[in-house]
Amino acid sequence: MTDVLVLMEGIEKSFPGVHALSQCQFELRAGEVHALVGENGAGKSTLMKILAGVYSKDAGRIFYRGREVDIPNPRAAQLLGISMIHQELNLMPHLTVAQNIFIGREPRQRIPFVLDDKRINEQTRALLDRLHLKLDPRTKVADLTVAKQQMVEIAKALSFNSEVLIMDEPTAALTEAEIAELFRIIRQLRENGVGIVYISHRLDELKQISDRVTVMRDGRYIDTVETAQTTADQIIKMMVGRTIYEVMPELRDEPYSETVLRVSNLNRGRTLKNVSFELKRGEILGFAGLMGAGRTEVARAIFGADPVDSMDMWVMGRKVQISSPADAVAHGIGYLSEDRKRYGLTLSMDVEDNVVLGSMKRFLNALGIIKRSDTRVTVEEYVKSLAIRTPSIHQQVKNLSGGNQQKVVIAKWLTANTDILIFDEPTRGIDVGAKSEIYKLLNELARNGKSIIMISSELPEILRMSHRIIVMCEGRITGELTAAEATQEKIMRLATQREDTTTSPTEPVYA
Amino acid sequence: MAVDITTSVPQKSSLAGSLLRGNAAQRILAFAALIILFVVFSLASPNFLQFNNIIGILLATAVNGVLALGVTFVITTGGIDLSIGTVMSFSAVMTAVFITFWGLPTPVGILGGILTGAVAGFLNGLVIAKLRIPPFIATLGVMYVAKGLALIISGLRPIYFNDAPDFRPVAMGSVIGAIVPGLEIPNAVLILFGAAAIAGFILNRTVLGRYTFALGSNEEATRLSGVNVDRWKIAIYTLCGLFSGLGGVLMAARLNSAQPALGQGYELDAIAAVVIGGTSLAGGEGTILGTIIGAFVMSVLVNGLRILSVPQEWQTVVTGAIIIVAVYIDIIRRRR
Ligand SMILES: Nc1ncnc2c1ncn2[C@@H]1O[C@H](COP(=O)(O)OP(=O)(O)OP(=O)(O)O)[C@@H](O)[C@H]1O
Ligand SMILES: [Mg+2]
Repeated sequence: MTDVLVLMEGIEKSFPGVHALSQCQFELRAGEVHALVGENGAGKSTLMKILAGVYSKDAGRIFYRGREVDIPNPRAAQLLGISMIHQELNLMPHLTVAQNIFIGREPRQRIPFVLDDKRINEQTRALLDRLHLKLDPRTKVADLTVAKQQMVEIAKALSFNSEVLIMDEPTAALTEAEIAELFRIIRQLRENGVGIVYISHRLDELKQISDRVTVMRDGRYIDTVETAQTTADQIIKMMVGRTIYEVMPELRDEPYSETVLRVSNLNRGRTLKNVSFELKRGEILGFAGLMGAGRTEVARAIFGADPVDSMDMWVMGRKVQISSPADAVAHGIGYLSEDRKRYGLTLSMDVEDNVVLGSMKRFLNALGIIKRSDTRVTVEEYVKSLAIRTPSIHQQVKNLSGGNQQKVVIAKWLTANTDILIFDEPTRGIDVGAKSEIYKLLNELARNGKSIIMISSELPEILRMSHRIIVMCEGRITGELTAAEATQEKIMRLATQREDTTTSPTEPVYA
Repeated sequence: MAVDITTSVPQKSSLAGSLLRGNAAQRILAFAALIILFVVFSLASPNFLQFNNIIGILLATAVNGVLALGVTFVITTGGIDLSIGTVMSFSAVMTAVFITFWGLPTPVGILGGILTGAVAGFLNGLVIAKLRIPPFIATLGVMYVAKGLALIISGLRPIYFNDAPDFRPVAMGSVIGAIVPGLEIPNAVLILFGAAAIAGFILNRTVLGRYTFALGSNEEATRLSGVNVDRWKIAIYTLCGLFSGLGGVLMAARLNSAQPALGQGYELDAIAAVVIGGTSLAGGEGTILGTIIGAFVMSVLVNGLRILSVPQEWQTVVTGAIIIVAVYIDIIRRRR
C-alpha cells in the first residue's frame, strides 16, 4: 500500500581517517516526513549527500522506486527527482534570488545559450507567491538576511518539484513564524505524495512534523520507529547509546554586583536605536528577540566588527574606544559568531591551529616559538570535554560535521580566556548531549567570574541559562526581565513590541 | 511579527554608502578618472586632443583592451590568467606561420591564430579544472610554455607578412575612413568595440556569463546546484584564450610582423585594466564596460604623460600608483 520511494542499504563511506558510514540503511516512503537524527558527526549529512549525488558511496545499493540506481553527481539526483537543502547555505551571493533558484537549468531563448531572465523572474515570483514569501526575485542574495536566504534555499529546492526532498537542518536560522510556514509547506508536500527527509537536532520539531524517525549513531543505522509511538527520551537514548542524563535546570549562582561592561547610546543606522545595557561580573545575560531584532548587530558593534554611528562603552569602569576586533580582544572581549564558517573558523587549518589561533601569545616560549606540547594538551582537553568528533586534532576543520565545527569555535574562545564572552547562538546545530555540555561550561565560566552575553533564539535555552534577559525588537531594547519573572509569553510579547503602533504584534509575518 | 520580508534595502544605508554601492559606482569612478585625465592632459598640452593623437590612443588600447576583455571573464570567476601576454605573441607567431610560411589565405591564417589562443586557453582550463592546479600556477606554467614555443617556432626572429599585403589592413586599414573620408579610425578600434559588445553579451545574457558569476560567487554552491563546474571553467578559460588569440592577430597586423619576444608584461597591463574597471579579484563581480574604461584609463595615462615629456621610467611609476589608488577606492567601497 505504501509506496517506497527510496531504499538505501549496506551503505559504506570512508573519508581519510574517518569511517563515516558503515552498513547504513534508510527507507523513504511517498507521502511521509521521515526524520533523521543522531549526534553531531553521526553521519546524517553524509548519508543524505550520497543520496543527493554529492558524495559517491564506497559500497551499498540505492533503489529508487524499486529500481537500482547510480547517482554520480547532483545533476543525476535532480533528474531522478531528488533535491537537497544543505546544512550550510549554498547560494551565490552576487546573483539575484531568481538567478540562484534557476542556476543550472536556466530557461533559454530560441538561440542556444542565451538566457531569458524575464521568464525566470516571472516563474520565481509565482513560486515565491505560492510560498507566501514577499521577496523581489531581482534582489541580490547578498542583501538578504540569513533567514531569508534560507527561505530562498527552500524555494529553490521546491522549484524542482521533486519527489524526494531532503532538508538538512532547515530551521536552524528561521524564526518561529517562518518555521510554522515551513511546516505548512511540508505538510502540503506530504499530501501531494512527496517523500521528505528531515534532519534536525530539535526533538520537539520531530514530534510536530515527522511520521517516522530513523536514528543513527557513530555512522551506523540504529533503528527506525513511528514518531507517534516513541517518546523523546527513547529517541535520545537511541542517539547517545546510554541512558538519558537528567535534563535538570542548572544551578545558578547570583552574579557579583560589579559592572564589567556598560554600553550606552549605541546607534547604527536603522538597525540599532539607542541601545544601552550593563553586564555584571559572573553574569549570564540573555539577549532574546526574533531574527533580525538587532542582537547580532549589538554583539558585532561591541566587538568592533562593524562601524557604528555612536556608542559609549566602559569596560571595568574605564571608558574605552573600540574600533576593531583587535581592540575588543585587547580589552578582554571575545565574540563567538553565529556564522561560524564566515567569521569563526579558518576552514583549511586543522582543529589545533583553529583553537589556539586567537591566543597564540600564551603558547609562545621565550624565543617566540609555539610550544606545541602545550597547545596539544589544551586542545585535546577541549576535544574531550566538548566531545568534538574528529579523527585527530590535526584534521582540517572543513572536514568536520557542522555541529563539530561549531564546537571548535567554542573551544577557540574558551582558550582565549577573555573576561567578557559574547556567544551568538552557541548551540545552533548542536546535538542534545553536547548542548548540555555547553550549558555546563557556560555556567562554570560564569561561576569563575567571567561575564557572558548569550544571544539565542531558543526561548527555553534563554530561560534556562540567563540571570537576566534583555529583549530586543527592531533594533531597540523593549524590555528587561530577571530570571525569576521571565516567561516565554512575556519574552514573546516584548519581542514583538514594534515601535509602529499601527501594526498589531499578532499580525502574521507572511500576509 | 517583526520580519519585514518586503525589504530588499541594503542593511547599511548611509547616503555615501548607497552612492558607492555596486559595480556601477566603480565604473562611474573609473569613468570620472578618465574624464579628468582627458581634461588635464588637453589643458596641459595642445597636442593631446589632436586627431592623430586620439587615434593613437585608440589604437594603443585595442590590443590591451581585447586581452582585458578575455581576462575579465576569468577574474570574475575568481581565477587569474597570467598566460594571456605570451599566448598573444604565440598566436601572432602561429598566424605568421600559417600565412607567411604555409601560404594559407589571410582569413584562414587569422582564424588559425585565434584558434591557437583558444587551444592555449583550453589547456589552461583543463589543467585547472581536471588536475586541480590553482589558476595562478597553471597559467604561470602555460605562460612560459607559450613564450618558449613562440621563440622556438619563430627561430627567435620576427616573421614578416610581406607576402600578404591584405593582412596589415585588418588592423590598420579603415573601413570607416572608406565610407566617411577623413574619419580614418583604424579597424583595430572597430574590432575592439565589436569584441567588447560580444563579450558584454556573453557575460550578461548567456549561460556562460551566468556561470562565470556563479563560479566567482560560490563555486561549491554552483557545483551542488548540478552545474558541471569543470566543463564551464574550461569553457571560460578557452574564451579567454580566444581573446588572446584575437589580440595576437591584431598585434601582428599592426606591426605587420609577429614579434615572438613581445608578449610578456601584457598580461599585467590587461589585469590592471580589469581591476581599474571595478572587477573584483575575489570573483563574483565584473563588467565589460568597466574593463573598457579601465583599458582607456591606462592608455590615456601613458599617452598623456608621454606628450608631457614625462620620462618613460616615471610613466611606469605613475601607472603603478594609479593602479593602487584605483584598487584602494574599490576596497573602501566594498568595506561599507
Ligand atoms: N569531506 C569530509 N572529509 C573528511 N571527513 C568528513 C567529511 N565529511 C564528513 N566527514 C566526517 O564524517 C563524519 C560524519 O559527518 P556528517 O557531516 O555526516 O555528520 P552529521 O551527522 O551531519 O553531524 P551534524 O549534526 O554535526 O551535522 C564526521 O566524523 C565528519 O567529520
Ligand atoms: Mg550534518
